[in-house]
Amino acid sequence: MAYSFTINDRQVTAEEGDMPLLWFLREEMDLVGTKFGCGIGSCGACTVLIDGEPTRSCVMPVEAVDGAAVTTIEGLAKNGELHPVQQAWIEEDVPQCGYCQTGQIMATIGLLKYTPDPSETEVREQLNNFCRCGTYARLMKGVKRAAELTKAAGEAGEKA
Amino acid sequence: MTLALDRRSLLRVSAYAGGMMLTVGGAAARAAQGDAAAAAQDLGLYVQIRPDNTILIRTATTEIGQGTLTSVPMLIAEELDADWSRVETEMMTPQLKSTDTGGMPEGVFAQGAGGSRAIMTSWTPARKVGAIARAMLVAEAAARWKVKPDTLETESGWVVDAARDRRIAYGELAAGAAVRALPDGEIALKDPADFRIVGQPQKQKNTLAIVTGKPMFGIDHKMEGMLHAVVLRPPQVGAQVASVDDSAAKAMKGVHSVVRLPDQTPGQVWGYDPIGAGVAVVATSHWAALKARDALAVEWTDPPTAENSADMVAEAEAKLAGGEGLKVQEVGDVDAAFANAAKVVKARYQAPLVAHATLEPQNTIAHVTAEKATIITPSQQPGSCARTVAAITGLPLEKIDVTMTRSGGGFGRRLATDQVAEAVYIAKAVDRPVKLLWTRECDMRTDFYRNGGVHLMEAALDADNRVIGWKHGVASHSINYRRSEDQSIEALSSREVPTEDAPGVLVPNRRYDFMPIYSAVARGWWRAPRANIFGWAEQAFVDELAEAAGEDPLAFRLKLLEGEGSYGDGRDQYTLARLSGVLRHVGEKAAWKGPEAGGGKARGIAGHFSFGSYVAHVVDVTVTEGGAFSVDRVVSAIDCGVAVNPNGIAMQNEGSINDALSTARELEITLTNGAVDQTNFDSYQVMRMIGAATRIETHIVPSTEAPSGMGEPALPPFAPALTNALYAATGKRIRQLPIGTQLA
Ligand code: FES
Ligand code: FES
Repeated sequence: MAYSFTINDRQVTAEEGDMPLLWFLREEMDLVGTKFGCGIGSCGACTVLIDGEPTRSCVMPVEAVDGAAVTTIEGLAKNGELHPVQQAWIEEDVPQCGYCQTGQIMATIGLLKYTPDPSETEVREQLNNFCRCGTYARLMKGVKRAAELTKAAGEAGEKA
Repeated sequence: MTLALDRRSLLRVSAYAGGMMLTVGGAAARAAQGDAAAAAQDLGLYVQIRPDNTILIRTATTEIGQGTLTSVPMLIAEELDADWSRVETEMMTPQLKSTDTGGMPEGVFAQGAGGSRAIMTSWTPARKVGAIARAMLVAEAAARWKVKPDTLETESGWVVDAARDRRIAYGELAAGAAVRALPDGEIALKDPADFRIVGQPQKQKNTLAIVTGKPMFGIDHKMEGMLHAVVLRPPQVGAQVASVDDSAAKAMKGVHSVVRLPDQTPGQVWGYDPIGAGVAVVATSHWAALKARDALAVEWTDPPTAENSADMVAEAEAKLAGGEGLKVQEVGDVDAAFANAAKVVKARYQAPLVAHATLEPQNTIAHVTAEKATIITPSQQPGSCARTVAAITGLPLEKIDVTMTRSGGGFGRRLATDQVAEAVYIAKAVDRPVKLLWTRECDMRTDFYRNGGVHLMEAALDADNRVIGWKHGVASHSINYRRSEDQSIEALSSREVPTEDAPGVLVPNRRYDFMPIYSAVARGWWRAPRANIFGWAEQAFVDELAEAAGEDPLAFRLKLLEGEGSYGDGRDQYTLARLSGVLRHVGEKAAWKGPEAGGGKARGIAGHFSFGSYVAHVVDVTVTEGGAFSVDRVVSAIDCGVAVNPNGIAMQNEGSINDALSTARELEITLTNGAVDQTNFDSYQVMRMIGAATRIETHIVPSTEAPSGMGEPALPPFAPALTNALYAATGKRIRQLPIGTQLA
């Protein structure tokens, strides 16, 4: 049986239903921006968006995303323009080793979707991916800056 | 063309791709000695000035998140007067030659990452590289304009003739400059007062690639025709394979082979990073390999010991306390000092084994043929990787190609080459390129753990509250365990006892003892090795002394550190003036007026020197009902000499604080019946945003001293500042880490 879904707006098919989406992305699709950290849904390094919702792809079998739209870090920039969260990460100089950061960015997109103007407490409670390098001070700034940029992009979009 | 840059290292300049290329290191040295064949293989590219005015700088330090891929190139760019916005940075390709012994050929830059040394060792030679390139560009412009070089200036990628109001871009001059003679004599370096790039907060290079998910880590790489390997390990440390039934596994889809990994005695083949016994499954995908691993039926032998970690600690501590330890040092008359003391303070501190838990698990891609070996691995020590491969394969070093990649965290874990060894054994067995990727469980249970230990501390105070006697007994999991043939207690005691740390070293009558804690687990270097516990035990104990003396914790520390002395082990040497300087500085910046305890809130202070730099923190905490606590604010003072990249220093301070907080709060590795109890992040809970310190103020003490690194030194003083604050808030001394539920 084949499973079909989109990855970054591209139609794909997969054969092995029990393969975690993480490994399908990394090994079959060559999309290695999504990272492996634990394989048990704990660390968040493998976070992608499935139908817009941040999801840990290491515990999401391919068969469960049949018919869904998957977005990975590689699909965020549009027409050469970075996503506001990516932009914020550069402005606040968030990454150290950088390994957790693609997952942090995907998780932040999900956070801002429901909490567009988060307080510090809300960021603390809702950003649940860990960073082994301890970039939390910059992650906090990054999320706040991302909220501003997302808001600005939304307003610009409305005017256009 | 070559030029001596220092005693050992030479610089070579050549024309390359329409621009100018400068290389430094072993290859350049060999060229100077007339060994053209060896020189033909460049050690690596350092600076390439391209016709389009972009500049590529490659460094020999591995980027593991410490920021040297930005800070070291800043040194070169500064003296070169480059346009920093047009500088790209990469890691150098490491290469070893068969004539090289010991470490990498000693070039200008140490290859790899460790001990927070990159900035310290690069400071002068890197600037010279930049200054020489600049001088050659100026000479080329002067020749073109037929003016004297000393009438010209440089500015952000341009040679400028101010008198005649004209300028030429570096890119245009590079090809001509490359074939000019190297400048004679000592090259003049800038007065630091004229720095434009160094000393300014610069963002990390390569962030764009990170946030867009570009392949850059070891795990992201691949080779043509590559297979995937995972390893099944015994639950108990030291167990060996008794029997393997791989029939079910081999019948599974995509499975290529099953490889028994040899049992290794440390020192037997390639040095002292042991690999445990294991059974590898090789398949066409990681997922296929994982599934087949679960289908393996393996019997393991009983290990020589089946330890419980707490028992091992208790046994060693009892011996230490009973006077059976090794006397490491005794100065003055300790017994008399204690007999004459007005007060004696005694305390016992204990810290556990902890794991590195780099977020990118250990991995290596290896392809081994009869002629050559190709290795791609995230490593802190490419030279050791190459020598490991040589020892296993018998290939000469020049037939071993190691590609260093960015590492998803290092913290000392990637100083070991065990995962490289394992990949090579598997690749040899299957005769195809293989990517070995450890699962998190494998990584967590096969680490070179941060050694834990018990510190028995005793101080004698006289009637004026001066410390006149000091006893410090250490029982620890020695890092030297199985790292040499000599496993005597003397060998194991090496560097396990902080005889050079203040305030102990300042006490006229002092004694240090040591007893090894037995354990079968491998130990290694974990961010700020040893200092990460010494700093805590000492600075927490000093707080107890201040209390006994009835003095303010900061004032008491400053009194202890009075004087002009310089102490240390030669490699890392410190002065009392600079150590008390950071404490004074943090006191001012944090407006320290004592612990200010009240309503569950309080502050704590600590300062420590390690790995070349001085750091002091003031930590503000709130403890709530049930013993939960938050770190509300941290004020830090740092003296790392000239602050090369203040932004990078702040980042390392922020990261070190949260690493220290995460570790002190929750983390420990324990063994029950010979098995490591923690297997993944559900049982080894690295701190998340909810527990993190996010308000951190980094203050850098202005200095003209040569710079020192910041990858590690901010970590040791954090835990004591935290536990001192928690004591002030609750009256409960945390003398054992992790803190866990002790405040409940
Ligand atoms: S790898 Fe998926 S949550 Fe850690
Ligand atoms: S930046 Fe290294 S794990 Fe987050």
